[in-house]
Amino acid sequence: MSPHDNQPASVTASTTPTASESASARKVSRTEVRGRVWQQLPLLLGLVVLWGVLWGQFSWLNILTGFLVAIAVTRVLYLPPADISGRLNLWYSLVFIAHFIADVTVASFTVAFQALNPRPIPTSSVIAVQLCTRSDFVMTLDAIAMSLIPGSIVVEADRERAILYFHSFDTTTAADVEAMRTKVLVVEARIVRAIGSKDDLARIHEAEATR
Amino acid sequence: MSEWVFIAVGVMLLVAGLLALYRIIRGPSILDRMIASDMLLTTIICALGAEMVYNGHTRSLPAMLVLASTAFLGSVVVARYVSRRTNS
Amino acid sequence: MILDSILDILTGLFLLLGGFLSVAAGVGLLRFPDAIARLHATTKPQILGLAFVLLAIALQERQLSTILLLIFLLIFQMITAPVSAHMIARAGYRGGIIAPQSLLVDELEQAIDAAPEFDDSDDATPSDDNGESSAPPTSVPNAHNPLGNDEGTQLDG
Repeated sequence: MSPHDNQPASVTASTTPTASESASARKVSRTEVRGRVWQQLPLLLGLVVLWGVLWGQFSWLNILTGFLVAIAVTRVLYLPPADISGRLNLWYSLVFIAHFIADVTVASFTVAFQALNPRPIPTSSVIAVQLCTRSDFVMTLDAIAMSLIPGSIVVEADRERAILYFHSFDTTTAADVEAMRTKVLVVEARIVRAIGSKDDLARIHEAEATR
Repeated sequence: MSEWVFIAVGVMLLVAGLLALYRIIRGPSILDRMIASDMLLTTIICALGAEMVYNGHTRSLPAMLVLASTAFLGSVVVARYVSRRTNS
Repeated sequence: MILDSILDILTGLFLLLGGFLSVAAGVGLLRFPDAIARLHATTKPQILGLAFVLLAIALQERQLSTILLLIFLLIFQMITAPVSAHMIARAGYRGGIIAPQSLLVDELEQAIDAAPEFDDSDDATPSDDNGESSAPPTSVPNAHNPLGNDEGTQLDG
C-alpha cells in the first residue's frame, strides 16, 4: 500500500460531472423512502433529546414540540442522506471507542510534553493514505477520528480515490511516516468492523492478509 | 476540596489565556491568530466549567454549550476567506 | 462520606489535568515554528483538557440532565473542532504557510506535481502581516490547489 504508485491526483467529484451524476442517480434508485426514514430516525431522536436537555425537562409537551422542531429543522436545513451501511456491531463499536479514548489520551499528553520539552521541534510530514473503504461515511469518520487524535490533521481529501492527505506531527524518520500510515489504516479497520458494509469488511480482511 | 487546587487551576488557565493572547497580538499570519483565538475560547469554556465546580452550580452550562458549538464558525470563515484570496 | 471525598479528589485531579493541558497548549502555541504545528499543539490537547473539566463537573453534579448536556457539549466540540482544524490546515497549506524545510516528506506535493491537467495560474500570496518567524513568503508553485476549484467543494453538504 505505497502511495508512490498512486495515479496522479487532481480532480474531485465536482469537476467530473458524469461520475457524480451517475452516482447520485444510482443512490436515488436504490434507497427507498422507508430506508430514508430509518436513516433519519437517529438524527430526529438526537434532536428531540437535545431539545429536552436544553429545556431541562422531558414532559410530553416538550417531546411533542421537540419532534415538530426536529422535523422542521431537518426539512428546512436539508442534508443529503448519508450512505450508512445499516450494519452495526456493538462489540466492535465499543472496541473502537475504547481504543479511540486511549489513543486521544496518550497522544494528547505526548504532544503536551513535546510542547513543554525544551528540545527543538521535530519535523513534520504530509502523508497520503490510500484507504480501503469505498464509503464516504467511513472515510469521514476516519478523518474525524484521526483529526481528534493529536499529531495528525487532514489537509486534503480526495473523495474519488479515497485518499486522505494528513499533516503528521513528529515524523523524524521514514519509519515514523510508515507507522502513521499504518495507524490511519488500523483506525479505518476498527471503524469498518464497527459500522462498515460487508464489501468494506471483505476489503479490510484482504488488505490485512496481504499486509 | 482544598482551596489551592482551584487557585492552581485558575493560575494555569490564566497563563494559557495570556499565551493565547500573546499569539493573537504577535501573529504573524491571520491563521495563527485564528488558532490562538480558538484556543482562547476553549480556555474560556474550561474556566466557566471550573468556576461551576468551585461554586457548585450549573447555570453556565447553556453558555458553554453555545460556545462549544459555534466556536468553529469564526475560524472556518477566516480560513475560507484566506484560501479564497490566495486562489483568485 | 468516603465516596464524596474520593469524588472530590478525582474532581480536583481532573481539573488540574485540564489546566495542565491548557498550559501545555499555550506553550506549544508560543514555541512551535509554523501555523500547522501550532494547530497540532493547541486544538487537540485542549479538547482532552475540556473533557477533563467536563468530567469534573459530572463528578460534582451527578444528575442525568446535567450529564446529558455535558455529553452533547463534548460531542459538539468533537464534531466542530476537526472542521475548523481542517479548514485552517488546508488554507495554510495552500497559502504556503507551512515551512517547506520543516517537512520530511510531502506526498501531497508529489501528487500535485504528478497531476498533468493542471494549469490555473493562481498567485498564492501568503497572508503574513509582518512575516516574522513564519514561513518566508516564497512563491508557491501554481499547482498548490489540487482540487482545481475552491468554490463549493467544502462547505456544501
